[in-house]
Amino acid sequence: MFARLVYESFRRQKRRKLLAAIAITLGVGVATAMIAVATDIGDKMSRELRSYGANLIVTPQDDTLDLQIGGVDLKPPSDGAYLNEADLPKVRGTFWHHNIVGFSPMLPVNVNIAGNNTTLLGTYFAKHLTFGKDEFVTGVTITHPWWKVSGAWPNDESQDVLLGERLAARLDKKPGDEIEVANQKRRITGTLSTGGAEDDEIVAPLSLAQSILGKPGAVRRLYVSAMTKPEDALARRDPKSMGPELFDRWYCSPYVQSIAYQLQEAIPHSHAEQIRQVAQNEGTVLEKIKGLMLLVTFAALFASALAVSAAMATAIFERRNEVGLMKALGAGKFAIAALFFTEATLLAIIGGMVGFGGGMLLAGEIGRSIFGDRIPIDPVLFPIIIAIAVLVTFAGSALAIRKAVTFDPVYALRGEG
Amino acid sequence: MTSSVESRGANPHTSMFVRMLLRGAVVRRGRAASALFAMVVAAAVSTAMLNLYVDVQAKLRKEFRSYGANVVVVAKNGQSLSLDALQQLNSVLAGRGMAVPFAYVIAQTPDGQSVVVSGTDLEQVRKLDNWWSVTNWPQRANEALVGVRASSVVSPNGRPFDLIFHGQTIHLDSAGTVRTGASEDSRIYLSMTDFENWTGVQPSTMEVAASGSPEDVDAIIKQLARLLPSAEVRPVRQVMEGEARVLGKTRATLSAAAALIILTAALCVLSTLIGWVFDRRRDFAIMKALGAPERLVNSLFAAEAAVLGAVGALIGFLIGIGAAAWIGRANFHAAVVPRFGIFPEVLLGSILVALLSAILPIFLLRQVQPAIILRGE
Repeated sequence: MFARLVYESFRRQKRRKLLAAIAITLGVGVATAMIAVATDIGDKMSRELRSYGANLIVTPQDDTLDLQIGGVDLKPPSDGAYLNEADLPKVRGTFWHHNIVGFSPMLPVNVNIAGNNTTLLGTYFAKHLTFGKDEFVTGVTITHPWWKVSGAWPNDESQDVLLGERLAARLDKKPGDEIEVANQKRRITGTLSTGGAEDDEIVAPLSLAQSILGKPGAVRRLYVSAMTKPEDALARRDPKSMGPELFDRWYCSPYVQSIAYQLQEAIPHSHAEQIRQVAQNEGTVLEKIKGLMLLVTFAALFASALAVSAAMATAIFERRNEVGLMKALGAGKFAIAALFFTEATLLAIIGGMVGFGGGMLLAGEIGRSIFGDRIPIDPVLFPIIIAIAVLVTFAGSALAIRKAVTFDPVYALRGEG
Repeated sequence: MTSSVESRGANPHTSMFVRMLLRGAVVRRGRAASALFAMVVAAAVSTAMLNLYVDVQAKLRKEFRSYGANVVVVAKNGQSLSLDALQQLNSVLAGRGMAVPFAYVIAQTPDGQSVVVSGTDLEQVRKLDNWWSVTNWPQRANEALVGVRASSVVSPNGRPFDLIFHGQTIHLDSAGTVRTGASEDSRIYLSMTDFENWTGVQPSTMEVAASGSPEDVDAIIKQLARLLPSAEVRPVRQVMEGEARVLGKTRATLSAAAALIILTAALCVLSTLIGWVFDRRRDFAIMKALGAPERLVNSLFAAEAAVLGAVGALIGFLIGIGAAAWIGRANFHAAVVPRFGIFPEVLLGSILVALLSAILPIFLLRQVQPAIILRGE
């Protein structure tokens, strides 16, 4: 009898049930999408913040002091120590290699261009490297996204060069022209604009800089761009002062400090340091954005919970006559409440499932249109979302059901409410 | 809606109209209150979201200023900036940011090591580059801030040290070390007075943190370039582009969230109000049975909805402003400035949604005979 009541209620009141189900579906959909976005925003923004460039720098351990003013290297190239290019792919062998977005080696050398002493900077543009079976591409196109080239990037295996835009303007050279560098004509594939010292320099494949310097395999410094976890108290501690258990926790967290430590382990005779301007501010900005999205998600959950309860309350309010009839025929409060709650649960489960699917699609669409990447949804969320949907539907119905149950059947049947 | 009333040309009718409007709300307090509540919440949530959306960009921009200078002014051809350049710069900025001068020389230690020494306004640097990890800032004359890598060369264990530039020797105490992971680690920083007394070299670089939108910063760059023809003014692309990118993504996410939330809130209002109007179908039927023209009945319902929308919007707006201010304080430790400019949008939107939710059931009820409704079917 009870099952039939529920069945008939759904069969005969399709419009009302549909309205309530739509409200639940939309509410759950919005809630799912917002929860998905809020949980994933940290990862997504962390990736976006990589557009500030490298946050780690690796230098030779016993290097002499840098002589840099305004980004221009004044150190004689003969001075100081070098890293070995052959060691670089080992960066991919570190514990947190999945978090390392890219790296670029730098080797500045002095060349004579049209009678002027000019810096030629050797680096990777989009170099194909292998580490074990792992094939990957790295270079300044990844670590220095604000570098803009008009023309084309040189091939890393070629002898072609890029000219800084101010240097190109001074020398009156265009992409496609040739320039004599170290007694040999080189093709200019494009002009480079960085807003920094490179605008007055020549940027070339690393191998070209090495052959001009006469030191094959030499790298002056290595810029590494890694996704990190914002610094906390543990991150700032000195690893030497930690017990083995604490050290493991520190080592296995993607702090910028622990990644620096691992880079130092991977590359012999090196010193890795965080670039504080980038690394320190990243955490602050990330925390703010995450905090903001969290609060906004609460607002979304609140709004969708309210929409669901409003729809449920309306749906039940409209059925006072029915309640009056049931009571007049001798149904107890408990039986009536059970009927409504069963209906509400059914609606919540159906609406919740459809809404969860819709929310997944919505989150995917938001991810694709804003970040150009999908936003994954943890399957663990599914039972939680359904449970919340049932709870909210219950809460929304409870007040209306209580009112309907306590209402005098005589008035209800007369249509006065 | 008043036109139908005015066509009857008498005051009592207007007062009757208002009375029916009021009684409708008073007699069915519970239903009216729940409809108003939905309206208030929807308006509050929408106001908070719109307010945040407008203001959060300014808040985030302030956070992004912690990345330091976004514009550099460099004297051309290795000369120094003219004496009044800093004053001119500050007058252009006029509170829209700060400018810090830097002077550089390459000095020698007594054993012939080269090291970059910079003179600057240390107080300002402290504000501009707050990512510098400094053990102790210099307070007195002839105290230096030594980069961590430089310290191992010139001043191991914080010993006092000598530096020589063009035959002039200066004796310095090491106040503390600075660690940044960049070229600052290999430098020594002095106060501008000490630096000028020793070397006689004037600042050649000005690091500027200009606040505001990219357009504002562009305008400042253009203005500076015009004012200081002997210098090169260029944006720090790394900082500007990173900021633009992250801010753009945040804004897009926030606007998507705002759209979803406002949609849900509107839905909530719609379902509550439809229920409310449906609930009053007996009033509707009685009025029609007593001979009220359709237009009068419709305008009564529409007026009710509009009043509800307007009152809800007003209360909701105030609550929403408060909510936005609270979010601002919780997340950014600075109140979100109330944007009263968005009130017309919220008001209009609320009334529109309310009218829409009144029209829908009226349209459905119109086709029903009053007798059927009165029989309670």
